[in-house]
Amino acid sequence: MTRNAKLMQGNEACTIGALAAGLEFYAGYPITPSTEIAELCAEELPKVGGKFIQMEDEIGSIAACIGASLAGKKAMTATSGPGFSLMQECLGYASLTEVPLVIIDVQRMGPSTGMPTSPAQADLMQARWGTHGDHPVIVLAPGNVKECFELTFKAFDIAETYRVPVIVLTDEIIGHMREKVILPDPAGLKPLRRAAPASPAGYKPYAADPDGGVPLMAPFGEGYRWHVTGLFHDESGRPSGKSEVADKLMRRLARKVEKAAPLIEEHFEESLEDAEIVVVSFGSSAMSSLSAVRRARREGVKAGMLRLKTMWPFPDELVARAASRARRVIVPEMNLGQLALEVERAGCGGAPVTRLGKVNGELFRPEEVYASIMEAVK
Amino acid sequence: MSSTLSYFRQENLPHIWCPGCGHGTVTGSLIRAIQRLDLDKNKVCIVSGIGCSSRAVGYLDFDTLHTAHGRALAFATGIKLARPELKVIVMTGDGDCTAIGGNHFIHAARRNIDITTIVMNNNIYGMTSGQYSPMTPKGMYGTTAPYGNLERSFDLCELAKAAGATYVARATSYHVPLLIDLIEAALQNKGFSMVEAIVQCPTYFGRKNKVGGPVEMLNWIKDGVVNVKAAASLPPEKVAGKKLIGELHNAPASEYTADYDELIAKVQRTYEGFQGGLYGCASNSD
Ligand SMILES: Cc1ncc(C[n+]2csc(CCOP(=O)(O)OP(=O)(O)O)c2C)c(N)n1
Ligand code: SF4
Repeated sequence: MTRNAKLMQGNEACTIGALAAGLEFYAGYPITPSTEIAELCAEELPKVGGKFIQMEDEIGSIAACIGASLAGKKAMTATSGPGFSLMQECLGYASLTEVPLVIIDVQRMGPSTGMPTSPAQADLMQARWGTHGDHPVIVLAPGNVKECFELTFKAFDIAETYRVPVIVLTDEIIGHMREKVILPDPAGLKPLRRAAPASPAGYKPYAADPDGGVPLMAPFGEGYRWHVTGLFHDESGRPSGKSEVADKLMRRLARKVEKAAPLIEEHFEESLEDAEIVVVSFGSSAMSSLSAVRRARREGVKAGMLRLKTMWPFPDELVARAASRARRVIVPEMNLGQLALEVERAGCGGAPVTRLGKVNGELFRPEEVYASIMEAVK
Repeated sequence: MSSTLSYFRQENLPHIWCPGCGHGTVTGSLIRAIQRLDLDKNKVCIVSGIGCSSRAVGYLDFDTLHTAHGRALAFATGIKLARPELKVIVMTGDGDCTAIGGNHFIHAARRNIDITTIVMNNNIYGMTSGQYSPMTPKGMYGTTAPYGNLERSFDLCELAKAAGATYVARATSYHVPLLIDLIEAALQNKGFSMVEAIVQCPTYFGRKNKVGGPVEMLNWIKDGVVNVKAAASLPPEKVAGKKLIGELHNAPASEYTADYDELIAKVQRTYEGFQGGLYGCASNSD
């Protein structure tokens, strides 16, 4: 079926993935290199009866999305580093109050205004730890344009299933790169929606199995008259300063994502079975890495590739397994070692880890990764 | 008409406020206005930020949202735009609304989005124990203004009006019948409405400024205002330095979410037969 073959950018593919997942509300503030997502939402949402609003800043954007989600709508915002930083307080709010939401962060060079039109992958830790307080996080990282569609779609399913904010972490290259994409038949797509209570009688908005259960979510305006607060709260949603209430809530939230982890984990791997040199990467850095790994293979080097698509929760076991036979693990990334630190932590069967960080605003050339592989086999 | 108490989540009482705090008076006034209008409880959503004042929503039996400091109007904007059929009300403090939330405040007013905002102005940060706010009058004291506040304060009603609010009014916790009337009128305005309710924080403002307890504070508040209608016929020296209370601005204009619904209808007419946003994006090509 060529009807659905399109030449499109990653940012477009994210937006179309969101629309396919049933996006109904977008609030955002323009920032390069994410702006195309806002522009396309402004154009497309009214056609399907959805709403777009350009807020006064990114704090307002995520806040409006949380409001819309509580009103029962599927909501999304998109941004880049500086804006993502502004969203952090309310990201924690959404996590604690269990409000489904999708945030796309198209990473650019920072810190600060940095190099606004240059790619980077240095928000990996911001995505994990940017908000204050312990909190679980789900972060997906597409490695090409098609995956922008797929993982944004999936981000909504995860957000709705587990009542969590989900971050789609792309970068300037993935966001602006154009590729041919064959979109799936819309009839075959079955986007999920949050489980709702049957009636307001006896509704306890935060009642759930303490072992990682997900409470039922009622939309505002339907007679449930429930309370949402960023204070720690009991099963009725009532603020509580009791230590046992706080402990139970924190552990349930953490456990919820822990239990989801194996079900949502996704990655790409090639030639790992006998790999002695294992390259672990994500996003656009993984594209250059893969071509380097293939070239090394052709030349008889036992190199293998692991590209992560689920960044958080971090797939410890997967990384440990992939590197179990490795003599050397190489981690190309456009930052100074954020992923490498995690790879080291996951344990690589004792193999040393090369932190191949690049922070000059340029993407990796395959030769750079290739050179690192050849250095390792010397 | 249901009883006033039936609008409260009685199981969440008693409230956290200090004895003599003015926030309860404003909360009661809002409920009485809602009661008079007989609004459907299931279609009212009340949003607040962070502060003593913002705790009010936890005691009220509606869909209620206690958000982040300063952000109530942004959350409320999302709710109202997502479901324009809901009556959305924001309860906020002077710090919450005019300091950290100042940007959201002027932009919500500019959009003329149909949200009724009740600003509970006690001229101080109560929750964090008495620091000065953008509404602390020059020369008054706060824990962070131990030598007197050097900064000028906002005239919040003028600010709201200049930013585009279509209904603006001010009352106090002393003038309760007026406060209820004004909130009632504000709730009926289809657009952005702001009612500033000047209230007492005896615990911090009263003590720090040696104004006295709740009763002395109420008298002090009363003496600092003059009704806008009375002011018209008073000599200027009787009005000087006083804040006006009453309805200060009422200029209906087209409302944002209604305009958005019209835009949707227009776009959908243009794209009649459009199968949904997925594969028809104008910016795509095969
Ligand atoms: C981002 C953030 N900054 C600061 C605070 C601390 N804080 C909580 S309430 C408050 C001031 C509230 O003052 P106001 O809105 O006037 O309400 P009041 O307590 O006087 O009713 C501050 C500064 C916070 N909760 N969040
Ligand atoms: S500190 Fe002030 S504002 Fe807060 S409850 Fe006490 S009197 Fe009211």
